[in-house]
Amino acid sequence: MDDHTRNTTADPAEPSDASAGTEQTSAEVSGEVAKGDEAAQSAPVRRIEVPSYPRATRRELIKLAPLLAVGVFAIPRFQPALFKAGLTFTDWAAASWFRRRHLAPTFADSDVVPIERFPFNSYAGDDPGIDLAAWTLQVDGLVARPGDYTLPEIQALPKVRQNTRHVCVEGWNVIGRFGGARFADLLALVGADTTARYLTFECADGYYESLDMATALHPQSLACYEMYDAPLPRGHGAPLRLLLPTKIGYKSAKYLITMTVTNDLQALGYWEDQGYDWFYGL
Amino acid sequence: MTGSTVSESPEPQWPAPEAVHFAYEVRAAYEHPWLVRLTHWLTAVCLFVLIGSGLQIFMAFPSFGPKIPQENFIEIPQAFRIGGWLAGALMWHFTFMWIFIATGVAYLIFQCVSGRYRMVLFTRRDVAGVWPMVKHYALRHPQPLLTAPYNPLQKLAYTSTILLGVASVATGLVLFNPVQFSWLTWLMGGFSRARVWHFLAMCGFLAFIPGHLVMVAVHGWKNFVSMVVGWKRDPEYRAE
Repeated sequence: MDDHTRNTTADPAEPSDASAGTEQTSAEVSGEVAKGDEAAQSAPVRRIEVPSYPRATRRELIKLAPLLAVGVFAIPRFQPALFKAGLTFTDWAAASWFRRRHLAPTFADSDVVPIERFPFNSYAGDDPGIDLAAWTLQVDGLVARPGDYTLPEIQALPKVRQNTRHVCVEGWNVIGRFGGARFADLLALVGADTTARYLTFECADGYYESLDMATALHPQSLACYEMYDAPLPRGHGAPLRLLLPTKIGYKSAKYLITMTVTNDLQALGYWEDQGYDWFYGL
Repeated sequence: MTGSTVSESPEPQWPAPEAVHFAYEVRAAYEHPWLVRLTHWLTAVCLFVLIGSGLQIFMAFPSFGPKIPQENFIEIPQAFRIGGWLAGALMWHFTFMWIFIATGVAYLIFQCVSGRYRMVLFTRRDVAGVWPMVKHYALRHPQPLLTAPYNPLQKLAYTSTILLGVASVATGLVLFNPVQFSWLTWLMGGFSRARVWHFLAMCGFLAFIPGHLVMVAVHGWKNFVSMVVGWKRDPEYRAE
């Protein structure tokens, strides 16, 4: 019993901060000190003079003040700036993890979902009614050969077929079979400056999207004109769409009509302007 | 030791401390250092935000099956969601996930460096003590002798939450970047599976939180105060 009251004072294993105000006020000082090992597993009971106890607890309470900083998230006026910072940090992290040569998983034909069960989300109708025969991709910006590119010109590039996973921001994902030209080959065809930072796209349905150059150069990024070994259906973005297995679904813009290579981001993207994340690499 | 009456000590015998009223003294223990308290409350805020925004995100596709045909698993009432819509919820989630991770890392580093993890880590030695505590709480059996701030049942619960936190972050990382962390995606049985594990980790927290709050309300007002100011007055356990 007496051990109990004596052992618990002047413990060297105690946090110095806490003991600062109590060491001198402890009633008993003599006796053995608890072993460090035990002290780490337990919190020694001490005796503290009455006036110093409220002082100690008050000081400890004040030390929690940094918690109030989280409260700014509850103030609507500050939320846009805070979330912008949060998404900027998220983008920075995802961009730093992104590896240009790390491939997204590809799947066997037996893993591919039938095309009837491959969903498509649209926000302005399923078909903007493109005249496929007259369609061209208008290319400008930091490119050596700006101009209008026809589908046969793009189809003349080496064709890649791949079974990859399409991940929607809503939470569903689906494995599909896609074919097209490597986007890097298209960039070479138009003589794009691949040291430029961004690509911006406009779509026939009013959608728009932008992309970092590193992702555009990824070997699995396609200028996609085929799905399930057939021409791209109208609902999936005929005649040409982006197909980016290393990006969230909404980055793979459909119904492409223009492409601009730039060093400054002129437009984020349709969904990004509503508040969705910009980089969103997978 | 405290229950014994015989001592070989030549010094005068002291009565049991709880039997004597020390008018000028407070019997107290400094249980929670500043960093533990700060990270505890930060984690509480993070879990509130991450669960609320996570439920809103889930409502964009409340299913674990295919998109076509879609069979909704559950409808989460609006009152339990944060963010208003998918993009708003993602903003909350993508911001607070970093605070949650930073908080957890700070806590774990502190616990390891200070050695205080031994106070909370559930080990094989604690296994035998779990059932007596359950009997005490659930069946009103007498309380087993306690010698440390955390009893075996508490250690089990708190160690579980740390594992749940690690699981939430690992599964969340797969949902966020399944391609870059492809080995983790593979380990979890694919992207769709990882979504199930992420949801289950949340369910684990949802199972822990009510129990935690009930125990604090019923048994542990002093525990609550201790998690705020660090000091527990008149602790129920006896330091050896």
